[in-house]
Amino acid sequence: MNALTFTLKKPLQFSLNCQLLNPTHLADKSSSDIASMLLNYGNSQCRVDDIFEIFGIDAQNICFKNSSDKLDYLGANMASGKMVIEGDAGAYLAYQLKKGEIHCKGNSLAYAACNMINGLLTIDGNTGDFLGGASAGLRKGMRGGTVIVKGNAGDRAGDQMRRGLILIEGNTGDYCASRMIAGTIGVLGKVGEYACFNMKRGTLLLTTRPKLHATIQDCGCHTLPFLNLMFKSFTQFKTKFSSIKTQRVQRFVGDAACAGNGEILLILPAE
Amino acid sequence: MLINGVQIDDTFAEAFNMRGTRIIITAQNLKWAYHAANAMTGFATSVIGCGVEAGIERELSFEETPDGRPGLSILMFAMGSKVLMQQLETRMGQCILTCPTAAAFAGIESEDRINLGKNLRFFGDGYQTSKLFANANGMAKRYWRIPVMDGEFLCEETTGMVRAIGGGNFLILAKSQIAALAAAEAAIQAMKLIPNVIMPFPGGVVRSGSKVGSKYKTMFASTNDAFCPTLKGVTNTELSPEIESVMEIVIDGLNFEDIAKSMRVGIQAICDLGEVSGVKRISAGNYGGKLGPHHFKLHEIMGTQA
Repeated sequence: MNALTFTLKKPLQFSLNCQLLNPTHLADKSSSDIASMLLNYGNSQCRVDDIFEIFGIDAQNICFKNSSDKLDYLGANMASGKMVIEGDAGAYLAYQLKKGEIHCKGNSLAYAACNMINGLLTIDGNTGDFLGGASAGLRKGMRGGTVIVKGNAGDRAGDQMRRGLILIEGNTGDYCASRMIAGTIGVLGKVGEYACFNMKRGTLLLTTRPKLHATIQDCGCHTLPFLNLMFKSFTQFKTKFSSIKTQRVQRFVGDAACAGNGEILLILPAE
Repeated sequence: MLINGVQIDDTFAEAFNMRGTRIIITAQNLKWAYHAANAMTGFATSVIGCGVEAGIERELSFEETPDGRPGLSILMFAMGSKVLMQQLETRMGQCILTCPTAAAFAGIESEDRINLGKNLRFFGDGYQTSKLFANANGMAKRYWRIPVMDGEFLCEETTGMVRAIGGGNFLILAKSQIAALAAAEAAIQAMKLIPNVIMPFPGGVVRSGSKVGSKYKTMFASTNDAFCPTLKGVTNTELSPEIESVMEIVIDGLNFEDIAKSMRVGIQAICDLGEVSGVKRISAGNYGGKLGPHHFKLHEIMGTQA
């Protein structure tokens, strides 16, 4: 069956809320039902077929073509199937994703994987602030699943993250893993200032030592066998992280300012 | 039935339902994996006095273990799930947690789970850390990292618990103690190659087979006098005049087929030694078929092809 494909007809002036266009919501809907659905566009509503060319019938495989950063909430609340975004995505990409896979071939704006529960999100480009964070008013961010970012991430990546895995192959902005509750974040590039600010638990895996604030404490260099298990678990994803073999790390613990027991594991060359 | 001059009695071994589990122990090298595994399976010969019956199933190469280090798989059996869980936690805490460089992982998957590191983590006094990793099948498993003086103790949260069978057995009747033990050693060597089974007694061999009951009220099992060579003249003996020593091999396993297979290779190894080895008969222990639901009939077992 052909993937259900939404091709953006023309550049958008305002943000379009796309949360209804996911496999879970579109299952069992006819082409005409989908075409006539109303989406929030700026402060008004418009029909799906006013904005997208619609092609294909397989609602478990959805493809967005010619997409732009005006498309917010792509894959939001998705609980099954696959979504491919051939282009950029707006804010709240994979918001509260429950199950399934989303592959964004471009960049995304802030709050990608926000409140994510499970599933897999891959972003080939860069992403904005609050990757895997919590939406406004919530005290817990991402609660499970895996996020892979091939490019860079903005500030506050993993803010209040509760569980799950975020792998960033590029750099991150400031306050990476801030207020992190648990889970694992890996960064192959550079990390901005105030990494692990108010971190409670969880792991930030790094390859380059960032400038750390005073309440992150050095616990020395160690060989940790669990890393072998962790790197082995990365091999199921197409990411540079799966090529890491060493179990030798320098361990920093913090944030002592909030009696935190989180850790930064700085990967060292094998002995 | 006569195989290579050794008589196989027309009898059967009577075995019981048990609950079993498998644990994978890894360490920096096999030497330390053995230290951990030997401690954990020590004093685990019989449920009568030890709570569990346990043994080392086999060595594992680094490709076969979750953390890529050399390791051993251990099988542990008990009469019920509660005892099994209790014994496993105690032995994990005293034998694996304490052993330098050792780590423990689930060795069997099932819906029934019992604790491996779930409660042991509290030894970490708040510094323990959990990690959830997905395996190749996408199934997430929780592991505990407990800070200890040699670094970190890594342990999976739970392991599987399955229905199992305990008490498969056969008896080696020989002209001398030396001959009986040599035959038993040959059998154990062959049986150790069979997966999913253990022979929980010292060296895999029992010299004190028991019968149910005793003349003493406090004892619920006592020496199997019918097979004691020094009592031939005073008891209802099962032994002919030339038998001077009897050894028993007890087998616990995860399924009937593997226990039967291990019995077959064990008995065959003894028969291969021939009559000249001093072994006269192979028999088996049972309770008349009234207590255990699993009957391993020697003639059927030795009649089937390996």
